[in-house]
Amino acid sequence: MAIRVQAAAFDPGAELNALHAANVGIGAVVGFVGYVRDFNEGREVAGMFLEHYPGMTEKALGKIIAEAELRWPLLRLEVLHRIGALEPGEPIVFVGVASAHRQAAFDACNFVMDYLKTRAPFWKKENTAEGPRWVEGRVSDQSAAQRWEDGR
Amino acid sequence: MSLNVQYFARYRETLGLESETLEGVFASVDALRQHLLQRGGAWEVLAEQNIMCARNQDLCSLSEPLADGDEVAFFPTVTGG
Repeated sequence: MAIRVQAAAFDPGAELNALHAANVGIGAVVGFVGYVRDFNEGREVAGMFLEHYPGMTEKALGKIIAEAELRWPLLRLEVLHRIGALEPGEPIVFVGVASAHRQAAFDACNFVMDYLKTRAPFWKKENTAEGPRWVEGRVSDQSAAQRWEDGR
Repeated sequence: MSLNVQYFARYRETLGLESETLEGVFASVDALRQHLLQRGGAWEVLAEQNIMCARNQDLCSLSEPLADGDEVAFFPTVTGG
């Protein structure tokens, strides 16, 4: 299980392939890649800056991964999140999950993203033509995370 | 008790402050928040309904009790991913 919080760009395809490497017991790999869009909430976005809480970020992601491992039989789980300046089209986040069978990998990947969105201390500040603005949290993200509680 | 209090993202910008050391007796994160709100002006931002907080780098509720040496953080809703 791996957590990486980095300013450097990454190659999602290489990350996905690396998850499967050296373990032929893996029957399923599910990957999620989140990208910077060039448009949000009615305004063009020229780029963004990702702030985080060093120390807590890694701790929060570790707790989310541990929770996923409790809920599903996983063989590998990797979370990679970028910080600092990002441009439209660049990957922000990668979650890769490997398991023997597909359902655990699909569900765990979904779960990790829902919890990351609502519990990991990252904040996006977008650069728009009208100036910089902080992205506000979405109610839909809260309800997406809530369904994993209701289902328990 | 001595607390290390940290502010992030929009709160950090609004307050013009990243962190501070506070001396005093605070029963909970909310007691600390009420103390900070008394500063007035920009500090009103800590009255926001959807404020999030952490104690020693774990998310917590406002009712979380505090102990000497704790690191407490206040921040707006997280927006990563």
